[in-house]
Amino acid sequence: MSRVLLSFKSYSLAEREEKLEAEVTRELALSFYRKMVLARTLEDELKRRYESFEMRGELHLGRGQEAIPAGVCELLSDRDFVSATHRCIAHAVCKGLPLDGIIAELYGRASGVCRGKGGHMHLASSSKRFLATGIVGGGIPIAAGAALAFKTLGEDSVAVAFFGDGAANQGTFHESLNLASIYRLPVVFVLEDNQYAFSTRRSESTAVESNAIRALGYSMPALEVDGNDVIAVYTAAKWAVERARRGEGPSLLDCKTYRLSPHLEIVDTEEYRPEGEKEKWEKLDPIRRLEEQAVELKLASKEDFEQIKAEARKLVEEAFQRALSSPLPAPEEAFRDIFSGE
Amino acid sequence: MPREIAMWEAINEAIRQEMERDSRIIVLGEDIGKMGGAFWCTQGLLEQFGSSRVIDTPISEAGFIGMAIGAALVGLRPIVELQFVDFFGVAWDQIYNHLAKLRYMSGGQFKLPVVIRAPVGGGYGDAAQHSQVLYSIFAHIPGLKVVAPSNPYDAKGLLISSIRCDDPVVFLEHKLLYGLFYLPPGSFGEVPEEPYELPLGEARIAAEGEDITIVGAAYTAYLAEKAADRLREQGVSAEVIDLRTLVPLDKHALRKSVEKTGRLLVVDEDYLPYGLTGEVIATIAEDAEAFKALKAPPARVGNPGVPVPFSEPLEKAVLPSEDKIVKEALKLVEA
Repeated sequence: MSRVLLSFKSYSLAEREEKLEAEVTRELALSFYRKMVLARTLEDELKRRYESFEMRGELHLGRGQEAIPAGVCELLSDRDFVSATHRCIAHAVCKGLPLDGIIAELYGRASGVCRGKGGHMHLASSSKRFLATGIVGGGIPIAAGAALAFKTLGEDSVAVAFFGDGAANQGTFHESLNLASIYRLPVVFVLEDNQYAFSTRRSESTAVESNAIRALGYSMPALEVDGNDVIAVYTAAKWAVERARRGEGPSLLDCKTYRLSPHLEIVDTEEYRPEGEKEKWEKLDPIRRLEEQAVELKLASKEDFEQIKAEARKLVEEAFQRALSSPLPAPEEAFRDIFSGE
Repeated sequence: MPREIAMWEAINEAIRQEMERDSRIIVLGEDIGKMGGAFWCTQGLLEQFGSSRVIDTPISEAGFIGMAIGAALVGLRPIVELQFVDFFGVAWDQIYNHLAKLRYMSGGQFKLPVVIRAPVGGGYGDAAQHSQVLYSIFAHIPGLKVVAPSNPYDAKGLLISSIRCDDPVVFLEHKLLYGLFYLPPGSFGEVPEEPYELPLGEARIAAEGEDITIVGAAYTAYLAEKAADRLREQGVSAEVIDLRTLVPLDKHALRKSVEKTGRLLVVDEDYLPYGLTGEVIATIAEDAEAFKALKAPPARVGNPGVPVPFSEPLEKAVLPSEDKIVKEALKLVEA
């Protein structure tokens, strides 16, 4: 017997700090605030009415996660594409889908954004280039495809895929990151890490401590972002969106947040959460965080916040009135739209 | 000017001519660029149209079919090649939950002009994961059109129509019809050089007859035509219906023919349970006139529900053939 000493190449990961500067104007701060408060006000009202069984089906709300769609969508126009998830109401609001159309869709009305054929998990708008899907991980390659089209057509639009930490364990996440990287597509992957896939903790389902690490396997830059800080989300997204528009390729934003809502209303008892965890995150509520930051930076005052909240309540109330005055669809509508020309 | 070409050449020509006409068309799939496709159908496209429109992909079917969907949502018209239809499984969610449904679920807002081309079929010893046709799996899902040509003329016209269609089309090409030297017999025929469309949803009467209606699609239509020639020699006049498209299904042509012949034999290479043969027979059973015209219970030839085996005698025992069609047809006529 003889002993042989062999040497192998091995790789190890190293994290480093990335410094990005943010310019926050009063106008920008109030725009963030308006988006988050509008989404929160709408969701609160939907929750109240859902609990009295006014709507059919399930309802997935995203209380506490509003900073992510608000911060990212601040950088997008109607020419940019967004794919969102089953928890898509705040994203739809931030991408500019009409409130009354969203509400009417949840009530199965003819004037719903999808004419009552989608419901709350599948809000969509072709004019706003917005699509939500109820299949976890399903929207990720679709966003990469929109980005491929923008590149092929020479449009300077970008595509954004929003998805959760649960979706990061789907094959589509890994395939899409690889595809986007090899083709240098103008797409931003926005991972909303709310730490739970329904009841399953990320730490129990995911072999890496942070999904940002996984981007390294696809030669893609990634930033870990405080997802409850809208200024941080916006700043990171600005970096990602701008480099995508410049043709420098895709990136991953791993936004750490927490779902203060149950996975779905009424059904989910949230027994999987350790005691005190939710209370801790309630203190990090992104709306309150922005209020504190804006006051500290002398960009806005309590009066501004009260005024915006009142405006949001009015907008939501009016939207409900319009939505609920819309009729239910005629049964024949069920047989349309399977194919074109029908 | 018609000239005789193989089915793979007709497919290649259809894609090329459509890409010349419409710059929104892109092609993506595994080995479709430099290699020109595992079954040759995309040869020359990379050289002519460049790598921004002819895109070699990694082996990530869910990823690149999802990308085709996203590209279609914002204005492109992608043609995806799935190297073998059997590989659809890893991408099925993108196909049946997204591609097929997004038009409907969005209330008709989105168009999904995506063609998924896929080689299908067995009979050459490739075993159970490379020999399926899977027609009924696709045809079962609302929102997908399903096309299965049996010859070069139909392949070119139907593919051009599929590319121009604003709905998703699953275009299934039988490997034994491509006309590749290593996959006999191949289908060769006269094909006009200029582009032309054939309507999706119209069957072709491949042979006219009085005694029995034999229905097939793609390779089983090809086999049925050969079987009809042999039946004719034995004094049986068989009408052969080549379905050409499985969705939409040409129910009118089926009913009209059965009303004339009174006998129905349906041939399919797919698994018989819950499949195309049952659908065709139900189409007749549900129609008072056609049902009344039946002189004998309908019969079917197909894979009885067996994974396609490798060894030749085993594979032959499972798949439809000219002999099996002739035998079943004679039984029906003599009944």
